[in-house]
Amino acid sequence: MKELVVLSGKGGTGKTSIVASFAALAQKKVLADCDVDAADLHLVLKPEIRQDNEFWSGQVAVIDEEKCTECGLCQELCRFQAIADFRVNPISCEGCAFCSRICPVEAIKMEERLSGHWFISDTKYGPLVHARLGIAEDNSGKLVATVRQQARAIAKKQNRDYIIIDGPPGIGCPVISSLSGVSLALVVTEPTLSGIHDLDRVVAVCRHFNVPVRVCINKYDINEDNVRHIESYCQKQGLEITAKIPFDNAVTEAMVLGIPVVEYRASAVSWQTELLWQDVLKFMKKEGRNASI
Amino acid sequence: MIISVASGKGGTGKTLVATSLALSLKDSEKVQLLDCDVEEPDAHIFLKPVINCREPVFIPVPEVNEQKCTYCGKCAEVCAYHAIAVLKGHVLVFSQLCHGCGACSHLCPEKAICETKREMGIIESGRADGVDFVQGKLTIGEAMPTPVIRKVKEKARRDSVVIIDVSPGTSCPVVESIKDSDFCLLVTEPTPFGLNDLVLAVETARKLDIPCGVVINRAGVGDTRVEKYCIEERIPIMLTIPMNSGIARLYSKGITLAEGLPNWKKDFVRLFEHIGEVVHEGTCSFKR
Repeated sequence: MKELVVLSGKGGTGKTSIVASFAALAQKKVLADCDVDAADLHLVLKPEIRQDNEFWSGQVAVIDEEKCTECGLCQELCRFQAIADFRVNPISCEGCAFCSRICPVEAIKMEERLSGHWFISDTKYGPLVHARLGIAEDNSGKLVATVRQQARAIAKKQNRDYIIIDGPPGIGCPVISSLSGVSLALVVTEPTLSGIHDLDRVVAVCRHFNVPVRVCINKYDINEDNVRHIESYCQKQGLEITAKIPFDNAVTEAMVLGIPVVEYRASAVSWQTELLWQDVLKFMKKEGRNASI
Repeated sequence: MIISVASGKGGTGKTLVATSLALSLKDSEKVQLLDCDVEEPDAHIFLKPVINCREPVFIPVPEVNEQKCTYCGKCAEVCAYHAIAVLKGHVLVFSQLCHGCGACSHLCPEKAICETKREMGIIESGRADGVDFVQGKLTIGEAMPTPVIRKVKEKARRDSVVIIDVSPGTSCPVVESIKDSDFCLLVTEPTPFGLNDLVLAVETARKLDIPCGVVINRAGVGDTRVEKYCIEERIPIMLTIPMNSGIARLYSKGITLAEGLPNWKKDFVRLFEHIGEVVHEGTCSFKR
């Protein structure tokens, strides 16, 4: 079983639109949306939810006003400034439980935290595992790990060859959780100075975790000078550029209709996206290691 | 006044709006820009600051003095993040998992744990063309951006208009960046993805009790559902930037609207005045 994660560092470079097209192009796969705090893949794949599961993760401190003597020790020792006026701000509380252990009158108890939901769904393209982190909740890395575990379990049970992961932007915990042990990271960049800067950082993270990388330049015709910068950067880094996809309003039009762009009208974008999928597939078959757990 | 610029969805133009706003206001106000997108800080590309101060960001992590340690296991028991394991005659600290809460060192019965510092990022400050500039950078391979964001925000100057560039999403780094703001400006695009993530961003701002307004970027590209949503939810649309290849090209070269198309400056000044009115009204109604 091979796992592909689509990343970008910078947001809005086209990860989800590309994953939606891969969903239409790939055979025998499971889809996983690991952008758990701003998930969008479902807007194109239109899942029918089969299983809705609560995601309980971490704890939050609660002060019993009746017992509290307002000694202030918890406020003094909390490193996250989560307690003020003898009340816990659940948004700042990191669930360390230090306060509950040092309270001299045992007025603080820890409660489990409902941090979100994860879903197993059917789509016309195959099974999709996705999630919804609660508003202003923590622990997105753990929720990503849960989504990936479920996707692997389905792939194993149904004997599916590929897991295609829509990754989150950035380089922090949900990204690290999305890329560990995958067969290949496809990094989608755009020819803007921000895109190039963020490409460099996300490639460094992939390298840090020993994940093979291939690069795709989206909206390449916005600035061809910058494309040359990306090409020389990739050459220096020993990275292969797998595809250059032009800017085309067909991408947004398809998104508005809620269909993958490869199923919309014939366009250079859909043709290039098909070539991109062929290339990624070839790499994974030939060189991509099996997903490691 | 603190104005944070957030979005939910990535790539909608947060940094372009934040930096253009900063440069449009610098002639009339003292302006400071804090780049709290510490995973992918890009505001420096647009502002080109001269950095004159670099400070590492540390979190405290435990160090066990094995001479005093009796391997009782208390530290491992109290650690909520499984960052300490006590084996027979040995203590393992997984400092990458540590949040620096201090429970283990405080609760160790032998006082065998002291705290040492672990670097997880860097804060850079300087000046850019009349704007005070601070950015945080999370070290590659580190998972937790919030301690770095907290340090950036400690640099906020009370005497300035503080503009915060926020990372995409709605989870802990976004909350850490926007909390304590007087206003949250949400930049979106008129597409289904833009709308879906705008709704989440509005819910986040509302949960934190921060008034918000919307900037629609790339207007004309998708459909009208974002506008409908804003009207239904009574969220003011404060600025509209059209889809335009000239603007896209400027953006690609790291040039703000204030510099590349100076006519936009007055629109950003008006945007700032509008934010001022909303914040003022909110404070008055709160007092009433």
